[in-house]
Amino acid sequence: MTLQTTQLETIQGHIEKYQNVPGALLPLMHAIQDDLGYVPEESYKTISKAYNLSVAEIHGFITFYHHFRTHLPGKNILQICRAESCQSMGSENIENYCQEKLGINYHQTTKDNSITLEPVYCLGNCACSPAIMINEEVVGRVTPEKIDQIIKEARES
Amino acid sequence: MVYKIFIPRDSSAISLGADKVYQEILNESNKRNIDIDIVRNGSRGLFWLEPMIEVETPRGRVAYGPVTISDVASLFDSEFLLGKEHQLSLGITEDIQWLKNQERLTYARVGITDPVSILDYEKWDGFKGLKNSLKLSQENIIKEIADSGLRGRGGAAFPTGIKWKTVLDAPSEKKYVVCNADEGDSGTFSDRMIMENDPFVLIEGMIIAGLAVGADQGYIYLRSEYPHALKILNEAIDIAVDKGYLGKNILGSDFSFTLEVTRAAGAYICGEETSLLESLEGKRGMVRYKPPLPAIEGLYGKPTVVNNVISLATVPIIMDKGASFYANYGMGRSKGTLPIQLAGNLKQTGLIEKAFGISLRELLYDFGGGSATGRPIKAVQVGGPLGAFLPEEQFDTPLDYEKFTEIKAVVGHGGIVAFDDTVDMSKMARYSFEFCAIESCGKCTPCRIGSTRGMEVIDKIKEGTDQEKNVSLLRDLGDTMVNGSLCAMGGMTPFPVISALNYFPEDFGLEKIDTSA
Repeated sequence: MTLQTTQLETIQGHIEKYQNVPGALLPLMHAIQDDLGYVPEESYKTISKAYNLSVAEIHGFITFYHHFRTHLPGKNILQICRAESCQSMGSENIENYCQEKLGINYHQTTKDNSITLEPVYCLGNCACSPAIMINEEVVGRVTPEKIDQIIKEARES
Repeated sequence: MVYKIFIPRDSSAISLGADKVYQEILNESNKRNIDIDIVRNGSRGLFWLEPMIEVETPRGRVAYGPVTISDVASLFDSEFLLGKEHQLSLGITEDIQWLKNQERLTYARVGITDPVSILDYEKWDGFKGLKNSLKLSQENIIKEIADSGLRGRGGAAFPTGIKWKTVLDAPSEKKYVVCNADEGDSGTFSDRMIMENDPFVLIEGMIIAGLAVGADQGYIYLRSEYPHALKILNEAIDIAVDKGYLGKNILGSDFSFTLEVTRAAGAYICGEETSLLESLEGKRGMVRYKPPLPAIEGLYGKPTVVNNVISLATVPIIMDKGASFYANYGMGRSKGTLPIQLAGNLKQTGLIEKAFGISLRELLYDFGGGSATGRPIKAVQVGGPLGAFLPEEQFDTPLDYEKFTEIKAVVGHGGIVAFDDTVDMSKMARYSFEFCAIESCGKCTPCRIGSTRGMEVIDKIKEGTDQEKNVSLLRDLGDTMVNGSLCAMGGMTPFPVISALNYFPEDFGLEKIDTSA
């Protein structure tokens, strides 16, 4: 898939912005993903040339970090905490409930493109377990009823 | 008359509806034509009562909670603005036992002030530590920190004073202060609470660290799972720059210091300091060999202080009140206080700052009120996913670095996760390996391969295949990982696994063994 001109311009703009910043890759990739929703593999070549890195190094960097993705996600990202504290409060039921209700597994997107489901290992909301995060909003003490509401709102958004 | 109301902006409080309650209180006050002034304060850390709102009265602040939007109208009807009784009344906030029984030093302001009000911060003793430090030599600042007995609160418990002295003594034009805010351990949220609820104390601590070691640049490496903390930190840094606490010639001195936040990208291993530095340099977060220590060759090869949020946020009160004030708290070689985080299956979860020495039992039952489900507490995990699981017979262990080491456990970052008796400990042990496999940087073999082999061996034990052989294989694998891994990720993953096996063999389909030998 080739990138649209606007996407290329966005990427180019960020490349220039961080050109002389030490440790540029981290803020650069965040900036690209914040704007485009993902870091397109098609951009690796441009980045590698500008930063004098190999394409393999860019690929290695992106794939090391769970946060970065190379494909466009659904409109909303639902992250379910799988860590110990949430497990102690029944997060496994929440995981199963979400997967069944949405008909997808982790790292997949619903057919209507409304929700991408991701696991997360701790949201720092351990005093209110089980916890999930919908986009940038943390929700504590989740129940299937709360999940229903979140999914409904996400589908309507 | 204008009534003053406090509604927390902490992300856990928001996760329970604090923003919605805020909106509803605004609407209701408009409807009733009442003048109110709402302060979005930090959370006091009583999360079973959040959203907990407070009103200012001549008797002091009066608390109500947990408040939902459907309670708002009745709160107004009961004249809560005058501190009157309501079914959600909690009385005078300062008199709530949970708070009264704490020693809040690092957390002195948390929950009381508006996190991004620098006036509030200054009014509540803020920047006093920095002002004192600016009058001292570098050696004397470090002596104060060393004498306080402060040890790394991230989990490794390395003496902060020694680390700083090493950086000070390392000859270099350029040095850095890096704050490790990659708080990835499950059951921990004390870093997040400081950053969201009292960001200036972290900023002040980092400025003092820079001053002490001769560094002019600081980074806060913040996990990407904390978008709320990111906003507040950046807001606070901008204010501090505006007021002359950051930038060139701080408070008219010769000292200059800049500070910025770098967003991490969801790799647990980057909480390990050398992996963090690699990541900050824009690379894969692969663990480095030590030596050289980061204090000698850290970020971009320069001498670097890498400290946890709580360590740095504790520096200002030490420099304000003196080393002996801080060192008078605690026991043995564990001096001062620890922000303890009660999490998981407990009735009353939240943040407790307490001098070292309190027992797990006191924490779980006196503070925590027992399990949330009302069932017996079967095990607790202290110190995050790399910490041992402890059975009931160890609940009397005092929270102290050395006492925990004696029972092959870790205090770590002070997170405590409780499990009731429905937990299957073999599943938790398997999860420890699974987590290690997902998060390993892959540089050393014991961690990269051992974690996957570990899952397979546990599966075999549970199936009943060659149990005796496989148990000894699992222990052997544990030894290899403990002794052969490059960092704590592989080196400590066996702690939860082997403790689960030792204390709860029946969950693995094994007979109870005598562990006293």
